[in-house]
Amino acid sequence: MRIGVFVCHCGSNIEGTVDTATVAKASLDFPEVVYATDTMYACSEPGQDGIIQAIKDKNLTGVVVASCTPRMHEPTFRKAVERAGLNRFMFEMANIREHVSWIGRDREANTNKSVDLVRIAVEKLRRDAPLIPSKFSVNKRVMVIGGGVAGIQAALDCADGGLEVVLVERESSIGGKMAKLDKTFPTVDCSSCILGPKMVDVAQHPNITLHAYAEVDSIGGYVGNFQVQVKKRATYVDWELCTGCGACMEKCPSKKNPDAFNEKIGPCTSINIPFPQAIPKKAVIDPTTCRQFVKGKCGVCAKVCPTKAIRYDMTDEIVTEDVGAIVAATGYDLFDISKVTEYGGGRYPDVITGLQYERLLSASGPTGGHIKRPSDGKEPKNVVFIQCVGSRDKSLDRPYCSGFCCMYTAKQTILTKDHIPDSQSYVFYMDIRSPGKMYDEFTRRAMEEYGARYIRGRVAMVYPKGDKMIVRGADTLAGTQVEIEADLVVLAAGAEAAKGAPQLAEKLRISYDKYGFFMESHPKLKPVETNTAGVYLAGSCQGPKDIPQSVGQGSAAAAKVLALFSKDMLESDPQISRVDIKRCVGCGKCIMTCPFKAIKEVEFRGQKKAEVIETVCQGCGICTSTCPQGAIQLSHFTDNQILAEVNALCQS
Amino acid sequence: MSEAIAYYPGCSGLGTSKEYDTSTRAVCAALGLSLVDIPDWSCCGSSPAHTKDHVLSAALAARNLQLVSDMGLKAAATPCPSCLTNLRTANHRCEAAPFKAKVDKLLDDPYAGGVNAVSVLQALTEMVGLDAVKSAVRTPLKGLKVACYYGCIMNRPPELMAFDDCENPMAMDNILAAMGAEVVPFPLKVECCGASYGIPRPDVVAKLSGKLLDVAQSVGADMVAVACPLCQMNLDLRQGQINRAGGTNYRMPVPYFTQLMAVALNIADEDIGFGKLCVDPRPVLSKALAVAD
Repeated sequence: MRIGVFVCHCGSNIEGTVDTATVAKASLDFPEVVYATDTMYACSEPGQDGIIQAIKDKNLTGVVVASCTPRMHEPTFRKAVERAGLNRFMFEMANIREHVSWIGRDREANTNKSVDLVRIAVEKLRRDAPLIPSKFSVNKRVMVIGGGVAGIQAALDCADGGLEVVLVERESSIGGKMAKLDKTFPTVDCSSCILGPKMVDVAQHPNITLHAYAEVDSIGGYVGNFQVQVKKRATYVDWELCTGCGACMEKCPSKKNPDAFNEKIGPCTSINIPFPQAIPKKAVIDPTTCRQFVKGKCGVCAKVCPTKAIRYDMTDEIVTEDVGAIVAATGYDLFDISKVTEYGGGRYPDVITGLQYERLLSASGPTGGHIKRPSDGKEPKNVVFIQCVGSRDKSLDRPYCSGFCCMYTAKQTILTKDHIPDSQSYVFYMDIRSPGKMYDEFTRRAMEEYGARYIRGRVAMVYPKGDKMIVRGADTLAGTQVEIEADLVVLAAGAEAAKGAPQLAEKLRISYDKYGFFMESHPKLKPVETNTAGVYLAGSCQGPKDIPQSVGQGSAAAAKVLALFSKDMLESDPQISRVDIKRCVGCGKCIMTCPFKAIKEVEFRGQKKAEVIETVCQGCGICTSTCPQGAIQLSHFTDNQILAEVNALCQS
Repeated sequence: MSEAIAYYPGCSGLGTSKEYDTSTRAVCAALGLSLVDIPDWSCCGSSPAHTKDHVLSAALAARNLQLVSDMGLKAAATPCPSCLTNLRTANHRCEAAPFKAKVDKLLDDPYAGGVNAVSVLQALTEMVGLDAVKSAVRTPLKGLKVACYYGCIMNRPPELMAFDDCENPMAMDNILAAMGAEVVPFPLKVECCGASYGIPRPDVVAKLSGKLLDVAQSVGADMVAVACPLCQMNLDLRQGQINRAGGTNYRMPVPYFTQLMAVALNIADEDIGFGKLCVDPRPVLSKALAVAD
């Protein structure tokens, strides 16, 4: 083998604390190294050209680049050596930036460690063999999990791009949180008027299959070929027959159940269509409150249904969908305000969340769009808004800013003034965070044109006195205590990860942060990708987002799916396990330990053997360390290669 | 219920709040919670010491904790929230070795550590339990509307006190509800009564304590049950001052929660000590109980 070594300066990143020229010179002593040099930026165009030129001039058959982390530039350099005619796996990287120059300041020690890392890379490269990826076909269907505005946008963009889309929604209608909003900031346009048409588009699009009232049960397979089991929960109504006429809702005798769509501030019937613009507009029976289920007798809905659609004996159903990519758009939940005991949310009926207030403002809400406080139905005159409830609060384990609360509170003060002209809104805030287009202007308008009184400071406690709520807080700009008699207190509850998000992340094999939000592949450069190929993110499942951001991400995820599906065949990664059939004794230990179910048992000349399913294997190497015979080896990371690395280190 | 716990009455328990002490002893005895007096206990280092010198204050508390340790016990119960704060703070501060060294210098017998201090309220909740409390009731407090007032330091700071919710505690509510009383939702459970400002600034106490009485009355309470000798004094003894300052006319009984428990457990009148309170709860109590009958 003829090996070339390229030691990168990375500007002052590496050269600042590593003598790269010395590292290059020392590399020349290593076996089979015939050429070594230091280079300013190995990843730049001249840097890559230099590598290619050297391969040609010196007739190199393997290349080591000592530079940054392989996560950053391994694909770059592999492509470069490939352009020079070598196999892309005849290349090794030594990480002398993250592992050396960034963590130590001693130039001599750093230089010595860099030499060692290059020595290790050379020893591994000497045992590298060319690997050829195999190709597999792509199923060009996509599944979108979650039918909020981000999921709707992703589904529509994919469908418009000619893909078949399966949209899975947990609730009985799509629309998500946005469907519950009255108006949207900063334009104060009607939320359901702009979302409604998109929801109808989903229903009518020939390329979209909608599974509402359904959840993802399990996910198998790999990019291009996922198999997803979807559990369609029993609705107890035959949706083929249901026309959404609402006759059942009118006659249902059980009318006092907390309405989930109205955030539990209004009642609803046990058989219910959540809102007038619901898509699909179909009824669902809640068996926990329905008299037919609880008491065993009633049957009113079955009697009045004109199409005979009621099915009390319906059961959950599992359907399997084969798709090539998945977009997760499962959104967020609101912080539980009852955890802030000093504000009394959950104890006092007139302390409500911002989303509950949206339902009071909405014409399709429980009060028909008239603001009536929950306790006695009176119209409030003094409304106090408290921001950052469950946001930017370490003591509640919610240190992050939820991002949209400043804006929705400003919007609600404007709407309050519109609904009740002689009302007065007060807003307790920590900072105003309104960095979007027309956003800061909007919050100023709330203060200057609509007279909302903004008080900078935290509220210490809220308590009832007579039919008023006393809100006691600090005005940190005036340096005084403030007490306001409020008729209604609205808490700007922050966002947290949707219920069940970590469990779904595990099914999707993607990472999630300590709060349950899904992790993108790179916070800046891969915002909608995950570390699992073929799985993309959109909207607030990744962190709190407002509507424009969610829609933007929905489209971005769709673009990624369309790019993925622009190829008919995908290349599989050849860095996978392979079984030496002569040494395999068929013990099956590898089958048991493989977390991806990528090894199966086969019969070979009457004997049991293991066989790796190439497209499923993720190259984790667990099987290779399990095999008692050493019969299963991970290509590019064989036992011999790893031992050679260890030996090189021990001899240095 | 055979587990014994050391009992630290605190200075007020032998003086201003004798009735809290006697009713506590009687209630615990009736419920089978064995309180063992700490021999030769001394001041916990309350207000004067801890405002001047943390080491001295911790040494005073640590001396008492070490006496508990000498008794072979692991925990001490005190009725007074202020004593509780000092005992717990001393424990917390002595976790730092340099601080503990300074404390030990002041003590004849260095504090070995490991003695937990709890409130009587916590001991009743955790060692006796609501079920046992409920089954011991002889005269249910039926028809009596009680606002439970915990005071500002019983549960705070939450990291140090580590018991119940610091903004909306429920332990006393649960116990009195188990006694058959109607516990009214009282939003100012943990508000300050003015504490020792009663001496230098009676106007402050009149305002703060007056607000407590005002809200208690507005939520329909017959009486305010308390767990702190100082709170009790401000709300009960100073009710006249409060009325004069605010032009009000409160006649709100402010018994200790243990006194109400004692009534429900049919404990002898001399241990209950209602006669020691300024506003006598007996007329309101007997009226409520009679209506319930």
